[in-house]
Amino acid sequence: MAISVRHLSKRFGTFAALDDVSVEIPTGQLTALLGPSGGGKSTLLRIIAGLEAPDSGQVEIGGLDATSLPPQRRNVGFVFQHYAAFKHMSVRKNVAFGLEIRKRPKAEVQRRVDELLELVHLEQFGDRLPAQLSGGQRQRMALARALAVEPNVLLLDEPFGALDAQVRKELRVWLRRLHDEVHVTTVFVTHDQEEAMEVADEIVVINHGRVEQVGTPDELYDQPASAFVMGFLGPVTKLGGRMVRPHDLELTDQPAPGAQAATVLRVTRLGFEVRVDVKVGDEEVWVQLTRGEAAKLSLKPGDSVFVMDAGKEIAG
Amino acid sequence: MRIVAFGYLGLLLVLPLGLVGLRTFEHGVSPVLHALSQPNAVHALQVTVVIAVIAVIGNTVFGVGVAVLIVRHTFPGKRLFSALVDLPLAVSPVVTGLALILVYGPTTSLGAWLGRHGVHVIFALPGMVLATIFVSLPLVVREIVPVLEEIGTDQEQAAWTLGASARQAFSRVTLPAIRWALAYGVVLTLARGLGEYGAVAVVSGRLVGKTQTANLFVEERFQNFDQPSAYAMAFVLASIAVTVLLAINLLRPADEA
Repeated sequence: MAISVRHLSKRFGTFAALDDVSVEIPTGQLTALLGPSGGGKSTLLRIIAGLEAPDSGQVEIGGLDATSLPPQRRNVGFVFQHYAAFKHMSVRKNVAFGLEIRKRPKAEVQRRVDELLELVHLEQFGDRLPAQLSGGQRQRMALARALAVEPNVLLLDEPFGALDAQVRKELRVWLRRLHDEVHVTTVFVTHDQEEAMEVADEIVVINHGRVEQVGTPDELYDQPASAFVMGFLGPVTKLGGRMVRPHDLELTDQPAPGAQAATVLRVTRLGFEVRVDVKVGDEEVWVQLTRGEAAKLSLKPGDSVFVMDAGKEIAG
Repeated sequence: MRIVAFGYLGLLLVLPLGLVGLRTFEHGVSPVLHALSQPNAVHALQVTVVIAVIAVIGNTVFGVGVAVLIVRHTFPGKRLFSALVDLPLAVSPVVTGLALILVYGPTTSLGAWLGRHGVHVIFALPGMVLATIFVSLPLVVREIVPVLEEIGTDQEQAAWTLGASARQAFSRVTLPAIRWALAYGVVLTLARGLGEYGAVAVVSGRLVGKTQTANLFVEERFQNFDQPSAYAMAFVLASIAVTVLLAINLLRPADEA
């Protein structure tokens, strides 16, 4: 179901966590709330869930005003960064919790829990306690628990934030596939732009309690609405006072139309890519090349080169 | 370091308690049973158990409520409130007893009014229960507060989003999470309730066969040179305390705090 947020404001003391935020979250999609820590994105998610009350503004879920509904009656699934596993219950009991609260018949609960454990690949772990699972398994259990009650919307608050880098990457691919299977409207909060770009259909960039931009990952990356969005979504450098992506810059050893003369300062290899710092006039600019490109130029500090912005046509 | 710690506990705790045991049984088991089966001894034990059980029930309900209030809610004067809960640990039990007499004594207006309605607090069971509740007030609260703080609110909130009412979330999620801390608090309260002497002595009036608790029985028998009875009852009290403490420590899983 679609979520519609209108003119939401929320203060904690003198700190404005959300400042007149309005955003439409379309139905059936995977939407990321992306922004730096303390920017207000978790507060927005918690207000949608009913775990936090806004000072002013309105939240609609599936066309119904949910602003004053308690969390119990919003039918949202919520997944917490630190799993919030019920520690004294087995994995099965955790997943069954919402169904048992709803007093569903035992046989139905059994069947549904089996389905969900299969969905999150925890069939063999049903009788374990959460403490006996890894972080990634615990978070999958939390997801199954949230999905068990067939929520209208699924809300995930930094779901992979407490996991190590490897597991994080695996889980986000898995979340994307899961969403393609389940199709429930999903909103997840992250401060990791790579995670948002990889997983989300749509990204809402939030900073200082305000929405900076809403769009698909491509739109945001190629047509950032502000310097902040540009800087937050990918690497940037400055050429002639303009912000550009380092991989949109090209280096040649011959003068070319639109190219500016530059001197190589440093050449740094980072895996398959090469970072070249050059000086253009008074400006220090960095250029990202592939290994092949860098090898062709055989750059070393002190070389004279020419730098031009190849990304202009795309961006403009 | 370990030797010092063990030595310290040994000299202060194990040795005296052990000697009570030895003294109790120096003439065998039958004098002990005889001493404990006197009507006054049986009555004193009954009084003690009744008081301790009421104090445990009262302070369990109150303790859980207050702990949740302190950890989960913010309100003006919270720090003062939290400090007040600890007050019984700082105030001498004798002072507690005197304070209760000042409020509920037969010569005060409240005490007189209650007396006219047939409720006698001082020199009667209600006063002794009040005194015991007062001195053991912080024990459950202080056991639960750190555990509630540690588990945080995530689990409760997860339960809410899954449809559980505040009460369901409490009974199905919070209560199981604090159960061992609560059990330990209950045991400490029980032990304190069985062992309270000072405050109860002041408000009880020490009426043998009426308001005499097991502890008061020990003291009274000792003063009257009936050492076998005094030691027998002392041994019973010490045994109950040691047994419940051991039981809770053995039952509690090693990985739960």
